[in-house]
Amino acid sequence: MYEILERQDLTPIIHMFKIRAPAIASKAQAGQFIILRQGENGERIPLTLADWDSIKGTVTVVFMEVGLSTMKLAALKAGDCITDFAGPLGLPTHIENFGTVICVAGGFAVATIMPIARALKLAGNRVITIMGARSRSLLFWEQEVGRYSDELIVTTDDGSSGRKGLVTEPLRDILAAEGNGVARVIAIGPTIMMKFSAKTTEPFGVKTIVSLNPIMVDGTGMCGCCRVTVGGATRFACVDGPDFDGHHVDWDELMARQRTYLEQEARSMELWKCQRGGCTQEAQHG
Amino acid sequence: MAKVDRMDMPRQLAEARAKNFDEVALGYTPQMAASEAGRCLNCIKKYCVSGCPVGIDIPGFISALRENDIKRASRVLKEKNALPGICGRVCPQETQCEAYCLLGKKGEPVAIGRLERFVADWESNNPSPEQPIAITPSGKKVAVVGSGPAGLTCAAELARLGHKVTVFEALHVAGGVLLYGIPEFRLPKTIVGREVQYISSLGVEIRLNSVIGKIDNVDELLSSGYDAVFLGTGAGLPIFLGVPGENLSGVYSANEFLTRVNLMKAYRFPEFDTPVKIGKKVLVIGGGNVAMDAARCALRMGAEEVSIVYRRSEAEMPARREEVENAKEEGIKFRFLTSPKSFTGDPKRQLTGMECQEMELGEPDSTGRRRPLPKPDSDFILETDVAVVALGTTPNPLIAQTTSGLEVTRHGTVIADEMTGRTKKLGVWAGGDVVTGSATVISAMGAAKRAAADINDFLRRES
Repeated sequence: MYEILERQDLTPIIHMFKIRAPAIASKAQAGQFIILRQGENGERIPLTLADWDSIKGTVTVVFMEVGLSTMKLAALKAGDCITDFAGPLGLPTHIENFGTVICVAGGFAVATIMPIARALKLAGNRVITIMGARSRSLLFWEQEVGRYSDELIVTTDDGSSGRKGLVTEPLRDILAAEGNGVARVIAIGPTIMMKFSAKTTEPFGVKTIVSLNPIMVDGTGMCGCCRVTVGGATRFACVDGPDFDGHHVDWDELMARQRTYLEQEARSMELWKCQRGGCTQEAQHG
Repeated sequence: MAKVDRMDMPRQLAEARAKNFDEVALGYTPQMAASEAGRCLNCIKKYCVSGCPVGIDIPGFISALRENDIKRASRVLKEKNALPGICGRVCPQETQCEAYCLLGKKGEPVAIGRLERFVADWESNNPSPEQPIAITPSGKKVAVVGSGPAGLTCAAELARLGHKVTVFEALHVAGGVLLYGIPEFRLPKTIVGREVQYISSLGVEIRLNSVIGKIDNVDELLSSGYDAVFLGTGAGLPIFLGVPGENLSGVYSANEFLTRVNLMKAYRFPEFDTPVKIGKKVLVIGGGNVAMDAARCALRMGAEEVSIVYRRSEAEMPARREEVENAKEEGIKFRFLTSPKSFTGDPKRQLTGMECQEMELGEPDSTGRRRPLPKPDSDFILETDVAVVALGTTPNPLIAQTTSGLEVTRHGTVIADEMTGRTKKLGVWAGGDVVTGSATVISAMGAAKRAAADINDFLRRES
């Protein structure tokens, strides 16, 4: 069992857990993920690493309540244990001194970008970070990310904080202004946001790395559930990724595969809410 | 002595079992076991034993059974086989021990597998405390990577020989393919659980959620106090067809489909959280045991029509005869001499069909089976909403990529001596599917036993 040492609610639906997992903490690198399972009936879900401390033996994950498993997780408090917790999985993000790198984070992926921005900064890069959220209430870690960024741009869809609009807009502006000065873009967030970030950078010819988030089961290369088409070839995001060249990803295929279980996911979430007293008519009779 | 026929084992009726995940074969009653044990000729030359990869004293345990000393029968079994309840169920006895049985020359061989199962199940219902290990602890530590049939067997052997064994398992439960691959109705998971429990009772520590190569790698295990490492990591990487449309939503590898159903218990969704697509028309591509397992799972979950698509004819199918018969009885359809060319989908990229072509058999290929050749202008489309690709597996490359000096073949299998399991790296042994590519549970166990013997020699010599 893996104890939750600390819980922070970063927004009403985005939470941070610091978990005791020394074997993982001692090997973790930016861009890697873990697979966890909560409860004996739980499913295995991947979460990217937000931070780790190899001396204290802790690993930090950040998640948003989007479905049954993340809602179950959100019901845990400090002192509780997570049933299963395995990692660090996937290949680390490739880090070197590229020159200028733009990090783009959509939604709660700012937690994934943080260790990457930090590693890039420590490697000597000039780091420009663009972080976007639907609205101000969903923003967090501006200071943490700001610490490792030479420039930090915040966007919100509704203009409640920073620049109004999507992350792709300042991304395009910077690329237009800096020309060939930007060596690389790393864009992480919802699939649609990564797709459009990659589309934005493509005309500028700037290499764009994305961290894909397909459905996974084992996370060690065994099942192939997370297969994605990149440059015409099938790759497993869990072992060949999760980072890939965003200009070569078949985005529509990825999104279709992510929608495979929408019906079942809705059903099991209704049941869960029902068990906790928030039943809708349909679930009661369904 | 009057000639007695081989005792049939009761099974659930086909119509009933096609709708549930309960075990198909129900096992012998004590009377049935006694009658079957009575058929054994107790030959002086133990032909049957030569067909057993782990060398069980078969006439020995059957004699004990005949004398109604089931406890002794169990001890004889466990001397050579730490997983008798599993082997009694999933070994292909018809090509191993039973193929060598003298009775089989003129009639039906003794049902050795069924008797093994009977004894193992009796033992678990009437447990007797394990004899304390008399051997002095060697003070040596061994790391076993993987808790499938090979890893568990190697761990049990080494623990009994006095070594301190730690098993590292990547998943959240121990058992490997016995849990994620073989379905409940062929091998109930409580049986696997109890045999894993037995191995823990020998003093073996099992560390779950531990992906070697991602936490410590093999080199680090060796430098951090382990005197030897055994790799029993199996063949976990699925082979795909490589045809267009294979990544449509609705196309599964058999590994994924079976992992969802067996390990994650998707057949009990939403009681268990992991979903799986059930499908109206399901196609399973392949002709091995894994294909049979996937097809029979799909049927049990409520698919209206499940078909096996195989590019050769029935005679070349590698699946066990018994499993093919079971599948047929349950209503699985077979499309022989049919080969997939592509998958087709709707605008939302959900699977809708599989384009196939008819095949005919040509000259035998390197495997001795007749090579399937496409018939010209024979293309047609099979409608489907779930397809499962069951073409076999190769070893996961993680260990090979993260271990210095370990040599692998171009198929990704680890090179190891057949008799000793020694790899090209000092202090590292390997056995089972990681060496042979996907094969049987019992052959992995045989290799693990030979490796354990060699590891023991190595460790005892060192001290």
